[in-house]
Amino acid sequence: MNIFAAIGRVVLAFLAQVGRLSSFTASAIINCVRPPVYGWLTLQQILRIGYFSLPVVGLTAFFTGGVLALQIFIGSDRYGAEAFVPQIVVLGITRELGPVIAGLMVAGRVAAAIAAEIGTMRVTEQIDALTTLSTNPIKYLVVPRLIAAVVSMPILVAIADSIGVFGGYTVATQSLNFSGPVYLKNTMEFVTNQDITSGLIKAAVFGFIIALMGCYNGFHSKGGAQGVGAATTNAVVSASILILASNYILTSVIFAK
Amino acid sequence: MTNGTPKVELRGVKKRFGNKVVLDGVDLKIDAGQSLVVIGGSGTGKSVMIKCVLGILRPDAGQIFVDGEEVTKLRGRARDAYLKKFGMLFQGAALFDSLRVWENVAFGLIQGRGMDRKQAKDIAIEKLAKVGLSADVAMLSPSELSGGMQKRVGLARAIASDPHIIFFDEPTTGLDPIMADVINDLIVSTVERMGVTTLSITHDMASARKIADKIAMLYKGKIIWDGPTEHIDSSGNAFVDQFIHGRADGPIKMEVRA
Repeated sequence: MNIFAAIGRVVLAFLAQVGRLSSFTASAIINCVRPPVYGWLTLQQILRIGYFSLPVVGLTAFFTGGVLALQIFIGSDRYGAEAFVPQIVVLGITRELGPVIAGLMVAGRVAAAIAAEIGTMRVTEQIDALTTLSTNPIKYLVVPRLIAAVVSMPILVAIADSIGVFGGYTVATQSLNFSGPVYLKNTMEFVTNQDITSGLIKAAVFGFIIALMGCYNGFHSKGGAQGVGAATTNAVVSASILILASNYILTSVIFAK
Repeated sequence: MTNGTPKVELRGVKKRFGNKVVLDGVDLKIDAGQSLVVIGGSGTGKSVMIKCVLGILRPDAGQIFVDGEEVTKLRGRARDAYLKKFGMLFQGAALFDSLRVWENVAFGLIQGRGMDRKQAKDIAIEKLAKVGLSADVAMLSPSELSGGMQKRVGLARAIASDPHIIFFDEPTTGLDPIMADVINDLIVSTVERMGVTTLSITHDMASARKIADKIAMLYKGKIIWDGPTEHIDSSGNAFVDQFIHGRADGPIKMEVRA
């Protein structure tokens, strides 16, 4: 009987968690479309989530594009197909690596920061204080972050895509003896609108996941410093896992033929 | 005192978290203009009770009336309007650390009522003066203030939008005895001047005696005694006697094991 009780407890705890997350998500989305909208707070968050993530995302995109060019060159050399480096780099960056790398970097930076900030507000009763001052904490804290992340992530990824391709270009022209104009011409002719837009759609979804996980874990943190620490870890881990899982699903939906 | 409906009334309010019963049928009445202090040990559900009245927590059973209106079912805008009647001073002051002091005090006016910032700032500075803080404190951030000053700012924020009912959650906890008495005096004078109804929770008996018209004791999720402050020493209740004299022996056994 003990085994059943243990299994039951785990299942119930899991279902309770799913239920809490679903109702949190629903109320966050409903509050996104209901006035009032805190425009100034949203702009502040776009600055924090989007603008201040630029250096991290740009650097990782550059090195990812570079290493991609190098690996493809080494691999395709075996078949004498090294001329395809620009095409494969731009495809890999725009479709997969741009959004995923940017998503994971922003998850580490932003989901953690959001969870820590909101978690601290929770344990110091600042969220309760918002309620007593006739301010809906979901509207005041969650909605600006969600909107900011969904708006900034596609922009970040568009920039990451360009820098990633530039990283590939740099490695190809500097150490693999590609001609610059030919590399660019091959890239431009090969890439399609769908390659880019699919990556930007993914980026918006990842942005939503990042802000939602940060806010949700922060909101439900309990106990003092330790609880906030746990919330921060959970936010980053769950955001990263959900980004990779939803990336697969999105790819299979967008490119379903 | 009892002219018609009480300002706040709790009837059989129950709340539990998992298997742990925190409130087990609380009945409580506060008349308009009265200052009620609920005393009780740590972890007896005092804070939970206040959070139920404010709708931060939803009671499992029972009813809560404010001005004769049942409030536990309120949602959305009706609840926002209802909350405008209240001010609350939190235990740790709960000031927003991303905002400056005056923005904290004016928060309810700007966000809750849509007042313009200039006018709200003037009111905030006026309220800060009422709790003995000068205008230059208004520009500081909460982390630059001492615990006592944070409590004062919290009090200024609680009274900023002229509420009818103010809740004080352990107003003197964590303060030195002199600062605690300063806060008590501020509470008493504020309440007298504004003519508000208050509900405070504390385990500090000196504070309770100073600010209360009426005292109620919460023990094991129920109100076990209530009466006027001057009767607290002759309550004839062994639990109350043990608590107000702070004795380790008596009917209340501290559960040392968690």
